[in-house]
Amino acid sequence: MIWDTLLLTLQLALVTTFFLLLISIPLASWLAQSKSKVKPIVETLVSMPLVLPPTVIGFYFLVAFSPGNAFGNWLNEWFGIKLVFSFPGLVLASILYSLPFMVHPIQSGLAAVSPSLKEAAYLMGKSKRETLVKVLLPNIRPALLTGMVLSFAHTIGEFGVVLMIGGNIPGVTKVASIAIYDEVEALNYQAANQYAAVLFVATFCILFLVYLINGRYFKTFWK
Amino acid sequence: MIAIQIKKTLDSPTGPMVLDLDLELKKNQIIAFYGASGTGKTSALRILAGLLQPDKGSIQVEGQVWFQSNPKVFSLRPQERNIGFVFQDYALFPNMTVLENLEFAASQGKNVNLDHLLELTELGDLAHKKPKTLSGGQQQRVALARALAQRPKILLLDEPLSALDESIRRKLQFCVLEAHKEYQLTTILVSHNKEEIIKLSDWAIQLKEGKVVQQGAPINLFSSKKIPEKFKVSGEILDFTQKDNVVEVQLLVQDHVFKMEIEQKKADSLRVGDQIVLASNDFRPKLYKK
Repeated sequence: MIWDTLLLTLQLALVTTFFLLLISIPLASWLAQSKSKVKPIVETLVSMPLVLPPTVIGFYFLVAFSPGNAFGNWLNEWFGIKLVFSFPGLVLASILYSLPFMVHPIQSGLAAVSPSLKEAAYLMGKSKRETLVKVLLPNIRPALLTGMVLSFAHTIGEFGVVLMIGGNIPGVTKVASIAIYDEVEALNYQAANQYAAVLFVATFCILFLVYLINGRYFKTFWK
Repeated sequence: MIAIQIKKTLDSPTGPMVLDLDLELKKNQIIAFYGASGTGKTSALRILAGLLQPDKGSIQVEGQVWFQSNPKVFSLRPQERNIGFVFQDYALFPNMTVLENLEFAASQGKNVNLDHLLELTELGDLAHKKPKTLSGGQQQRVALARALAQRPKILLLDEPLSALDESIRRKLQFCVLEAHKEYQLTTILVSHNKEEIIKLSDWAIQLKEGKVVQQGAPINLFSSKKIPEKFKVSGEILDFTQKDNVVEVQLLVQDHVFKMEIEQKKADSLRVGDQIVLASNDFRPKLYKK
């Protein structure tokens, strides 16, 4: 039972990180170079999860996608998509919730790259996309790693959003952070401690690895 | 021929400045922009490269329109201008080796002999090194080689020779001249150094606060008409030493230091660091190989 929950947590974090990476690279690259008037609005929206209580996101998510609601009902009837109390819903909410943790490092990484690198590639006839993939991204590897690890760890650590949107369905939406709360409620401290210890150690190891790598302690690996 | 007729408002430290250019640049020449910093030299290069868009005007290269504001704004993308650009900070891709930098620039189905380019810029031994491990002078040559690898018609150099010592400077000047001839380029460079402009360029254009104040063959522009003597070299004052009635002054001409005596009266009007011209009609020098 413990392992099912931990596996689900890991699965959620991996899937979320993967989709976040896909979304955040174009988004961050747009934010890093745009002078558009809507940029401050987009930046604000991306950063909102940093300060907003997770329960707020969870609440609106619940309201929007609940089958009792017009939009949620439409999704359910036309596409058979049920986002409330389901794993895909959990992923979607986690993506929103961890968005700033992926976008911010990539955005500041890209902004720190000398603009002449990009310009040089354009003058060589390279498209924006090729420039991004072959020139810019390889030069911000530490930022990419930081973004990936932070969103991964943050997804593991989320509680409020998951509880609101996912509920507590074993094997479907019951992740480790919720399991801990559950066990403590039931005065089952032994089990709670098992979850907590695993999370504590895993999180420590992940972050430690990031600092080692980005601090260039592994020179041969990270050149 | 490159015909540029543009206006662009730029932000300068002293407030907005209008860069106002109306130039016709000849093909296969080396053209130098010079003038104090903040007069729009770099902006002029960036506008030609398509990295900066003028407010109005037109740019035509060999009859092809690269930019026009009338009747509709059209600007050819930098990708389609085929310009080799040597940036002030070199802009080498840190994730690629020297050779990979060149290959990346050349990968457009054009047949470019990269080995020859590496040889021309004396980079053969460094082909598999990352840019970060190279010295400033080497990085500059990589930037030049990379700009040439894409076989451009126009080569733009943004103060490529600044902040380098004399021997490295000379090496790169040589590379620029060789490449210019071999690849039949039209080369436009920004420089502060008059000696360099005379050495390299066929045509020099002086900018001041965004406007062209004078242009012409550098030898005509820089020769001081007030000095009647035939033979002139320019140099710099390094030091004064008082000696009885005369003053011994130490001079730097090119890379040679020597002393000469001048009158006290003359010495009073000069200071260490002043740029001077040595002029003489009695010119019977001996020639030595370096």
